[in-house]
Amino acid sequence: MMILWIVLGAAVLAVLMFIGIFNSLVALRNQTQNAWSQIDVQLKRRYDLIPNLLEAVKGYMGHERATLENVTRARSQAMSAQSVGEKSRAEGALTDSVNKFFLVVENYPELKANQNFMALQEELRSTENKIAFARQSYNDQILFYNNKLQMFPSNVVAGCFQFKQGEYFQMDDAAHRAAPQVKF
Amino acid sequence: MMWELIQANQRKSVLLLVLLGLVLAGLGCVIGLAWLGPEGAVYGLGAAALIWVVLTSLGFLAGDQILLSSSAAEEVSKELYPQLFNVVEEMKIASNLAHMPRVYVMDDPGMNAFATGIKPERCAVAVTAGLVSRLNRDELQGVIAHEMSHITNRDVYYMTLAGIVLGSIRLLSHVFLRGMWFGGGSRRRYRTAGRAGVGGQAQVVILAAALVFAILGPILAQIFYFSLSRKREYLADACAVRLTRYPEGLASALEKISQDGSFSSVLNPITSPMYIFEPRAASSLTHTHPPILDRIRILRAIAQGAGFASYQKAYASFYRGRDSSLLPPSAFSQKAEVPLRAPSPASEEPRGRKAQARDLMDVMRSINDFAFLVCACGMKIKIPPRFNHSTITCPKCSRVLDVPLTQLAAAAAILAGRGVSAGKKAPSGARGDEAPQIHRRRGTGWESFACRCGQTLTLSPAFIAPQMICRRCGRLVRIESYVAA
Repeated sequence: MMILWIVLGAAVLAVLMFIGIFNSLVALRNQTQNAWSQIDVQLKRRYDLIPNLLEAVKGYMGHERATLENVTRARSQAMSAQSVGEKSRAEGALTDSVNKFFLVVENYPELKANQNFMALQEELRSTENKIAFARQSYNDQILFYNNKLQMFPSNVVAGCFQFKQGEYFQMDDAAHRAAPQVKF
Repeated sequence: MMWELIQANQRKSVLLLVLLGLVLAGLGCVIGLAWLGPEGAVYGLGAAALIWVVLTSLGFLAGDQILLSSSAAEEVSKELYPQLFNVVEEMKIASNLAHMPRVYVMDDPGMNAFATGIKPERCAVAVTAGLVSRLNRDELQGVIAHEMSHITNRDVYYMTLAGIVLGSIRLLSHVFLRGMWFGGGSRRRYRTAGRAGVGGQAQVVILAAALVFAILGPILAQIFYFSLSRKREYLADACAVRLTRYPEGLASALEKISQDGSFSSVLNPITSPMYIFEPRAASSLTHTHPPILDRIRILRAIAQGAGFASYQKAYASFYRGRDSSLLPPSAFSQKAEVPLRAPSPASEEPRGRKAQARDLMDVMRSINDFAFLVCACGMKIKIPPRFNHSTITCPKCSRVLDVPLTQLAAAAAILAGRGVSAGKKAPSGARGDEAPQIHRRRGTGWESFACRCGQTLTLSPAFIAPQMICRRCGRLVRIESYVAA
């Protein structure tokens, strides 16, 4: 009789633990999805900001056509990208072209003194930062979530309900990280 | 990972709260015993609990509002402070906070910031106007990240709770000591008369114990409180580095804050753990914040990586063994090191009024025959015209530098278009009546000759001035340049 009670108690405990782990996994998965949607929000915001900014600078830097067109092209490519890999590559390129654009702006002091432009620039710069931070936070979440999926005992629960490993969001910036090659 | 840090933090905080609660309960008991006799312990405990409940509910209902309004903070919108707002939003995203904190600006020329909010859903960040106007974007980001870490680590919550218990302890001991001062004597006489012998003596002992406890209790509680809040500052710094990936931002913000002369007037000891920086505190035991220079040094010592591991490394190398476990080991369970980022391009410092004033002073000095010597550490040393020592110690890095006295004198003479009187430069060797010694150079390379006093003087190939001063006697020697035959 005693043994029966012990077994029953252990079974109840196991079920409770199972439920607890399952719930925490769901919560984690939702958090990663939330973090992902944060990235999405900021990427959209960037798409909206870029045309405004280009419109504001057109009068000042008409002969920097190449730089402006570069940004426009990168933006439309990023917007039309489909797969995750393609998307992250295109977003990386867009970030790159925006940074180049800001470098060119340095040569236009009267533009830098324009209130409207300054407000837009602050917005775009902040949006770039927000994208980076959202990505950072998303990757942190994914790391934690993936760890949970692999570690005992949560991996048992995850196996039963087929939780999938999350995918890291990596901007394809290997090209920028490589040291510049010097040719003689 | 953040969660483990928060959990470790929570355990420590609960321990702190229990300790503080014990002190409060003990104080209540002892005071009850002392005033009302053996049956009074319960009443004392009840009174302590009542004070605590009232203060806690006050803190929960209106704590943040009281803090914000007592520091004259006003909520601002994005239109007024776009950059501040953006930076707060960036840090909100980075720390994965569910709600955007409200942003307050205090109308104060000093530089400080604090976070408040018992619940993360109702949190707020407040900064002084001086801070917003004087920090650049990266520095502001560092400060906001630090405050945001206080929110996500639940520091605000626990330190508010602990602060309330601390306040209750203070209040209780204050009431008791006041009561002793005014009415204690007569009460004791009455009690002693009411009982005989042993009971009366026990009462005296209890009274003495209560006195000691009432005096020591608040001090003890304060030490518990402060020791924990200091470690939290380091922890919040570590989290800020991890959030921003840029330790230099926070470091240079702290540096600016520490050099700032105008201290905020909005600080009181209970709320000070919530601020980024606490300017007035006398002894190191009652500091709620670690010394700001230590914090800067640790942040600057982070060589690579923005993860907790690299902060811990910098922290441990700074404290060398003693008390060097800042973070629980579980915080390092992450895989690769987190890379640092470069400063944001907008952060180039506009030259401030201070630097402009310094430039102006330099112009004035050069008119007044000051010479400038640039040390290897970057310090520009100003040498007054009457300076006559051959070496000078750099005030910044304490290197010993040679002073090119002769060149200085000659250069000054040329600048001013007048002869240098030897007496002015070197009062010890003035010989105004003597005809000046003239040395005609024999070539364009190194050469040396003897002064009238016997000192050997050396000319370098680069020497172009028309005169020089003897190092030993201060005589002026005219140098005629070499003319090829």
